[in-house]
Amino acid sequence: MEKQQLLELKKTAVRIRRHIIDAVYHAGSGHPGGSLSCTDILTVLYFKHMNVNINDPNDLDRDRFVMSKGHCAPALYATLAEKGFFSTEELKNLRKIDSFLQGHPSMKDVPGVDMSTGSLGQGISASVGMALAGKLDKKDYRVYVIIGDGECQEGQVWEALMAAAHYKLDNLTVFLDHNGLQIDGKITEVMSPECLPSKFRAFNWNVIEIDGNDLIAIDDAVEKAKATKGMPTMVVANTVKGKGVSFMEGEYGWHGKAPNKEERDKAISELDKAMELLGGE
Amino acid sequence: MSKIATREAYGKALAEFGKDPNIVVLDADLSKSTKTDTFQKVYPERFFNIGIAEANMISIAAGMATCGKTVFASTFAVFASMRACEQIRNSICYPKLNVKIGATHAGISVGEDGASHQTVEDMAIMRSLPNMTIICPCDGIETRAAVKAAIDIKGPVYLRLGRLALPLVHKEEDFSFELGKGIQLKDGGDVTIIATGLMVYKSLEAAEMLKAQGIDARVIDIHTIKPIDKDIIVKAAKETGAIVTAEEHNIIGGLTGAVAEVLVQNYPVPLKAVAINDVFGKSGKPDELFQEYGLTPENIVKQAQEVIKMKK
Ligand SMILES: Cc1ncc(C[n+]2csc(CCOP(=O)(O)OP(=O)(O)O)c2C)c(N)n1
Ligand SMILES: [Mg+2]
Repeated sequence: MEKQQLLELKKTAVRIRRHIIDAVYHAGSGHPGGSLSCTDILTVLYFKHMNVNINDPNDLDRDRFVMSKGHCAPALYATLAEKGFFSTEELKNLRKIDSFLQGHPSMKDVPGVDMSTGSLGQGISASVGMALAGKLDKKDYRVYVIIGDGECQEGQVWEALMAAAHYKLDNLTVFLDHNGLQIDGKITEVMSPECLPSKFRAFNWNVIEIDGNDLIAIDDAVEKAKATKGMPTMVVANTVKGKGVSFMEGEYGWHGKAPNKEERDKAISELDKAMELLGGE
Repeated sequence: MSKIATREAYGKALAEFGKDPNIVVLDADLSKSTKTDTFQKVYPERFFNIGIAEANMISIAAGMATCGKTVFASTFAVFASMRACEQIRNSICYPKLNVKIGATHAGISVGEDGASHQTVEDMAIMRSLPNMTIICPCDGIETRAAVKAAIDIKGPVYLRLGRLALPLVHKEEDFSFELGKGIQLKDGGDVTIIATGLMVYKSLEAAEMLKAQGIDARVIDIHTIKPIDKDIIVKAAKETGAIVTAEEHNIIGGLTGAVAEVLVQNYPVPLKAVAINDVFGKSGKPDELFQEYGLTPENIVKQAQEVIKMKK
């Protein structure tokens, strides 16, 4: 990746993180932790790789994205707004009664959302359906998905993995947001799904392990996935929940809690500082 | 008046009655929301977090019940009643096993999480399962009694619980709870409001508003949705000649359906429903959603006025 492009992507990621904090703050509820951990993945997908059309969100040839861990709607909405699907001003209305920005992604309400999600485990199956339809129609669009590591406790996830490998869906790339935390605590303490990479390999997936908060590593993984034929790719993205906001990092208490005014201000000033270090807006 | 959510009273009741060593509690990564963590703190050795795997949890509960345990399994109502629906049918209801499903965050009062996490259909689904008992308590006091009753009867029970803190309808001192028996909260001769869950306190408010208009409304709290209290419904039909049902659920198949089934087969009188009109919910504050979907004392008053006009 060129230096300038990398810098731009880094700035975009900071902007998305600021939107996440502000949207959840204004909503008074929502899920900042898992939204911040997958921000870098969304940034690389939407601002470097995905073929999407903001003027025709339902373009049949577009690449698809499914936020299988639907509670991270703030990250998806912030990315879509930053991309231009709707105004970033709308993000302040997240979860409000008259807003189209539903608490969990709703494809019939929000332009750019390819699948309604929120019930864990279902999004990844839907993405298998999209990839299968793409093969059937001989289209060359690609399907990208983010799943949670807690989400992997759902049996349906493994049914989806089995089906994708069976049908050799090399047009499907899944990112596991491997942040190690779920609602009730550490995934290994609540109900360990580990060792995830070796399980994915055993399910006949192409498995790539990366630092999931490193834009270059994410970009490389996408390129490798595109070059892989005959099998779907699972990118095990080792991430930090709450990434980018010091007091949220690695704290499961920030899974589903909105910051108060003071916390919001502290988070935003940290992110502003990060933007400054990148040379400013 | 002190307020308490029925989910909170549920957690407390589990901790209270949980001294019975035969009781085990399962959860699916929502123990802080369902409040089973209250039990976990006291009896960690009899608490099992199954992770985000509701279908697995329900069949695990069934297996433990075959070994003589009284099992409580909790998650949000939407996942309990639908993600694990067929497991409830084939692993629990069909063999009539002793599993109690503590389904919290029922209805639209879940609020901001939106339609994916709300339930408008769970009572309808659970009602159609043979062997299932359904209890939808209206306040903290009734919830405690419901948990006790669920422990006392052997067999499947679906406890429908809410997220929102609610005012107390009942008084600790003179409260008595009998499974399958409705509770008349206020006598009246012009119309009967039959309510369940959080619509009960709203019905009492509506009755006050009706009184100011010279309408004398009877108010009945139906905590047991199945088996429904046929006697209290037929008596109300005979004595007041008009019924309004009030529930935080789809108009199809829940309390309204159950009451209508009793009326048409025994003593038909006009009925109007305050319920959700076969649509999904959406994000918003609970009070805003109540307004949007007409789950308000004002709408109960309106429906009462309408149904009285329909009387023969
Ligand atoms: C089927 C289902 N069960 C339970 C929930 C409630 N829930 C929302 S988020 C969550 C934890 C998710 O953890 P993880 O997948 O690791 O997400 P992340 O850490 O990336 O936020 C749970 C249990 C749900 N949304 N869907
Ligand atoms: Mg996680």
